Amino acid sequence: MSLSKAEVEHVARLARLELSETEKEEFTGQLNEILHFVEQLNQLDTKAVEPTAHAIPVANVFRQDEVKPSLDPELALTNAPDRVDNFFKVPKVLEED
Amino acid sequence: MSLYKKTAHELQELFIKKEIKAVEVVESVYQRIKAVEPQVHSYVTLAEENAMAQAQKVDELRAQGKELPLLAGIPIAIKDNISTAGMRTTCASKILENYIPAYDAGVVEQLKAGELPIIGKTNLDEFAMGSSTENSGLFLTKNPWDVERVPGGSSGGSAAAVCAGETILALGSDTGGSIRQPAGYCGIVGLKPTYGRVSRYGLVAYASSLDQIGPLGKDVTDCALLLQLLAKYDYRDSTCVDYPVPDYYQEMKKGVKGLRLGLAKEYLAEGISEPVKQAVEAAVQVYRELGAEIVEVSLPNTKYALAAYYIIAPAEASSNLARYDGVRYGHRTAADVADSVELFMKTRQEGFGAEVKRRIMVGTYALSSGYYDAYYLKAQQVRTLIREDFKQAFKQCDVILTPTTPSVAFKIGSKTQDPLEMYLEDICTITANLAGIPGISFPGGFDQGMPIGLQLLGPAFQEELPLRAAYSFEQATAYHRQRPGL
Repeated sequence: MSLSKAEVEHVARLARLELSETEKEEFTGQLNEILHFVEQLNQLDTKAVEPTAHAIPVANVFRQDEVKPSLDPELALTNAPDRVDNFFKVPKVLEED
Repeated sequence: MSLYKKTAHELQELFIKKEIKAVEVVESVYQRIKAVEPQVHSYVTLAEENAMAQAQKVDELRAQGKELPLLAGIPIAIKDNISTAGMRTTCASKILENYIPAYDAGVVEQLKAGELPIIGKTNLDEFAMGSSTENSGLFLTKNPWDVERVPGGSSGGSAAAVCAGETILALGSDTGGSIRQPAGYCGIVGLKPTYGRVSRYGLVAYASSLDQIGPLGKDVTDCALLLQLLAKYDYRDSTCVDYPVPDYYQEMKKGVKGLRLGLAKEYLAEGISEPVKQAVEAAVQVYRELGAEIVEVSLPNTKYALAAYYIIAPAEASSNLARYDGVRYGHRTAADVADSVELFMKTRQEGFGAEVKRRIMVGTYALSSGYYDAYYLKAQQVRTLIREDFKQAFKQCDVILTPTTPSVAFKIGSKTQDPLEMYLEDICTITANLAGIPGISFPGGFDQGMPIGLQLLGPAFQEELPLRAAYSFEQATAYHRQRPGL
């Protein structure tokens, strides 16, 4: 399984990373090395094996549906790069109609 | 009196005898920091005012005859991926360089309730991704034993600070070995608890099914005392388990007569250096003399652990690091952007270091449509096999002794050319994270003046067994008392 530069660009876009040309070159090589390394797992027959998502059994943690205090809006906005009132301000997300 | 040289339990006794004050200990630590920080560079942020205020409070309470928590007045450093309210938490990344959390991590709440003065925040590999602290987006931390060598990673700052006397205790986090490996490289003790033993609330997530916060200290007793404080059920971390917490301090003193010490040949194969193999053999002799029963066990799927980890951890990281988009906190690109997608792409490109980007890429690929079964699912199945290996082994033994790392701390820059070479540093530590079991690293000798770390693994929620075995070894040897010449 070998990654082409085009596939690297596709993955970068999925990961929302704007890689430089040098990075694309370097990463294509390094990613292929890593993927080649992990391919050794195919030596194992795991057809009958249940996957482990968690090392210890996990169960949903519930609480009563009661309103409890949460983070104060001013505190939540402490690190806002840009804000308007109690909103985080960002460039437009939606297309113009 | 060079109070910075003492262990927490030694300081406790001096406090009780009223021979010293907490402010004197904190002062001693900050003086030491002034003296050696230029060479070691463990700290991202120092909090002298707050620490002194906390120490003063402890002294006043003690003077009034009030009963205090066990570790009251003992200085502690915190790895900079653990949230501290009002105190910068950077994860050693440019993307969070000026981020100030609005809340304390669960463990930090425990430290404050325990009245420990917080000295500052320590350096790490960016977002805890690395094995040398060379991936820090901020600066390099050096190994106090030899400043041309790495302190290990990702909790390199915490380990170096304890080692150099720049703190008495420290917190680290461990996803693939990030507490144990730097503890081994720096000649101190570090413990990764069972997954779910300690709350991850407020720990900046790297790989959510592998991360754990744990203690670092100069000896096993200090780590046991700190673990006692950290092991508290926290409903805000839904993977935290409400399981009874034993008295680790009492349990660890029970000795090893009749304790079954497992040796797995897979951890002593090629790739482990001769001096480290010899240190393990010497330790086995010590355990024999102490009355332990040596049992040969096998963990046949060990060699697949690294590959499984380097799919699972990056996959989980790619999801956990998706939040760094410049919207609500952290770095936001100053460039002109046409839309939000461009905002995210430029922000993340500017803010993340190379190793972080590499792991996000691997993880994104492994989870992407068409590849999930081949990589992530497969790795999770291998994870089951590794868990099973340990379940079987722990039927025949109580703890398993292994090296912590293949060799001693390497020279700065010697493994940064090839990511895979760096990943091989983790071969002995990674299985414990995949299986969710506890592991402790403790000093087991020296090679060319550099510390050799030995590791003990134990069954889930039985930290007292590795603590017991490590404590007995420590009491029979003097490696843990050695400090660098800095």
